Amino acid sequence: MTAAIAIDGLEVIFDRFRALKGVSLEVKEGESYGLVGESGSGKSTLLRAITGLAPVAAGAITVNGKRLGKTRDKAFYRDVQMVFQDPYGSLHPRQTVDRLLQEPLAIHGIADGEKRIERALDEVGLGTGFRFRYAHQLSGGQRQRVAIARALILEPSILLLDEPTSALDASVQAEVLNLLEEVRRRRKLTFLMVSHDLAIITHMCERLMVMQNGEAVETLTASQLIGHRVSADYTRNLLRASEGFVRTA
Amino acid sequence: MSVATIQSRREWLLSDRPASRLQARLGRAYVAWRRFSANRLALVGMLIIIGLLVVAALADVLAPYSPTFGDLKNARLLAPSAAHWFGTDDLGRDIYSRIVYGARWTLYVVILVAIIAAPIGLLVGAVAGYAGGWTDTILMRITDIFLAFPKLVLALAFVAALGPGIENAVLAIAITSWPPYARIARAETLTVRNSDYIKAVQLMGASPFRIVLRHIMPMCISSLIIRVTLDMAGIILTAAGLGFLGLGAQPPLPEWGAMIASGRRFILDQWWVAAAPGAAILIVSLGFNLLGDGLRDALDPRSGDQ
Amino acid sequence: MSGDTLLDVDDLRVTFPTRTGLVQAVRGVSFSLGRERLGIVGESGSGKSQTGRAIMGLTPPQAQVSAKKLAFDGMDLLSMSPRQRRALRGNRIAMILQDPKYSLDPVMSIGRQIAETLRTHEKVSKAEARERALAMLQAVQIRDPARVFDLYPHEVSGGMGQRAMIAMMLITGPELMIADEPTSALDVTVQLDVLNILDKLVAERGMGLIFISHDLRLVSSFCDRVVVMYAGKVVEQIKASELRDARHPYTRGLLNCMPRIGFERHPLPVLERKPEWSA
Repeated sequence: MTAAIAIDGLEVIFDRFRALKGVSLEVKEGESYGLVGESGSGKSTLLRAITGLAPVAAGAITVNGKRLGKTRDKAFYRDVQMVFQDPYGSLHPRQTVDRLLQEPLAIHGIADGEKRIERALDEVGLGTGFRFRYAHQLSGGQRQRVAIARALILEPSILLLDEPTSALDASVQAEVLNLLEEVRRRRKLTFLMVSHDLAIITHMCERLMVMQNGEAVETLTASQLIGHRVSADYTRNLLRASEGFVRTA
Repeated sequence: MSVATIQSRREWLLSDRPASRLQARLGRAYVAWRRFSANRLALVGMLIIIGLLVVAALADVLAPYSPTFGDLKNARLLAPSAAHWFGTDDLGRDIYSRIVYGARWTLYVVILVAIIAAPIGLLVGAVAGYAGGWTDTILMRITDIFLAFPKLVLALAFVAALGPGIENAVLAIAITSWPPYARIARAETLTVRNSDYIKAVQLMGASPFRIVLRHIMPMCISSLIIRVTLDMAGIILTAAGLGFLGLGAQPPLPEWGAMIASGRRFILDQWWVAAAPGAAILIVSLGFNLLGDGLRDALDPRSGDQ
Repeated sequence: MSGDTLLDVDDLRVTFPTRTGLVQAVRGVSFSLGRERLGIVGESGSGKSQTGRAIMGLTPPQAQVSAKKLAFDGMDLLSMSPRQRRALRGNRIAMILQDPKYSLDPVMSIGRQIAETLRTHEKVSKAEARERALAMLQAVQIRDPARVFDLYPHEVSGGMGQRAMIAMMLITGPELMIADEPTSALDVTVQLDVLNILDKLVAERGMGLIFISHDLRLVSSFCDRVVVMYAGKVVEQIKASELRDARHPYTRGLLNCMPRIGFERHPLPVLERKPEWSA
């Protein structure tokens, strides 16, 4: 097995704030890898650094064996796609679903657009009835499905997921998580998923990294976490917090 | 058309699940139209502008006399009457006919200015806002230089350099009126450039050119349309001002501003010579302003999601 | 739980006029509250927040509120004058909102805001107001109250801001507190600290608490009783301790569909929404 994503000593600096302080990780091909942390932990910044949306100050990112430079070429975006957190902000308000899905095909000059769009909509469980709707005619869960369809339409091998369900209701979250698992199985995708919710990460990922203040706290397998075999106090705190409120009196 | 078919057409337009690109687009337009037509004054404004278009199109039919040749012998400075509705001017020309033909020149000025100035402003603003950094600084300082001069003075300078005439007046007005559009386009661009939907397109590998053209500019266009419409009155007045100063349309062209200028000499005794084109300018300016207000309600991007 | 009823809600309805007609956000909600912790749980659009706002008197002016009964401590809230309502609000009924960033005044120091709140409802000297504000900041477990007193809202973290908000709301000694998603904007570890503080203060002062949230698990671990709302209606009222035996399929579905550490279920059970639930 080769590494789909290998990150070594990654530093990201915004103005003078060090958002990532030398983080390393390796995601195997076909693996689902989780990043857990609270706000300011740098977990989303790491995803953005991979896609080229955040400035890399030091360190190396290797995707599918290719070392990434300062800029990303078109081929990179056919391999790596991303689903954003806020389904209300990630769809263009003046474009129909059809336009949204056509755009990546037009950029990459892919010919069989009609078929691909229909297939993508079917795959995310929307069907062609949704094809000509605008974003405001969709619910939060439907929007996130469109965002997933858009990410899949270029047939990438790696999907970056930035809190894809945190803006959704619990019942819709379950549907979207199921959908993500299903497309991963069918397309043999590699996932790198960010969440603040330990339960979601253990549900979705085989391995995970706990992050705090721009640094890695520890790396665990999901079964280690389920068995509470963790070494850092911070992880233990997170675990306790995820079990709900316990009255101390 | 029966009530039932109207009803079903409305449902087709307002459908939550349009079945084709066309239906989606028409539905969106229909919602905007409903918002627009809820505003009575905006409808009045639209009627005035439609009236202007009709008059300009049918000038040959509507005008009973020639706009440029008058009856110098018998018809100088006649008061309004059944034969000459708005009276005649000092060269014996029928003022009503001149105003009808003048509508063409007014439209000519307004439309040309809009198609020259608005795209320049949109392009400069969107590029400056999206690129940021040096590009932004340079483009915006150029914009500031243009904004620093009063519009009419700058237009005067340009006309003085280019020579008088209506084409040059149009060019001068266009050159002086794009900076505010650039400002608006830049402000809109700054609000959308960091949104996730623009990042999503970046992550598809789209070129900056494509992002600005296809994803950012459509977000700027509605505020720009509103602003241009509201500016139309100002454009007409600037054109009239240039005409009045003798630097715009040259005689015998029936341009409304130039007509007021020539009527100025008789304003105390033959008031109608200046009053008729003045009223025409007033009404058309009012029409554009009301229309602009209505468009603001209908197209406001911030309410576009409802 | 003592027998006295603090709040009595019977057939509460909130209706919004829209372009396409009337929309009922709350459709006949009834419950009563003693000096206890009541959770209101529901997904977005269930009307849970509008229920809280209607009790508080913060419904937007274009909306209509009606009820067979909406009584606080025996007083009819709907027939009250706006002035009486205002006097009640912040004094005997207080509300905490989701994000302290939007509910604290950005140009006034935190301490002054707390002291001002006290002085609008009670006649106390400036010095005494300051003293009590400092004591209140201490009560919400802010370690250095004198320093935080002079800070502005943008200078403190989200958790600290929410504590300050709780201090401000509690300083007048309200009998009923409505907390609308008070911890949703906070990190999980901070969330528990804030809940602990809230829990202690509510218990010490014998307040009634309405805790509005989308998080069924959190609410059930924090509250005594849970009201589950769906599409503007109450589908189930249940003791938090008996939530596992919930009867309504919606409540059960909500509980089931969340991933839990140590309970592997692939795929997750999803909620089948039945039209008769909202009928």
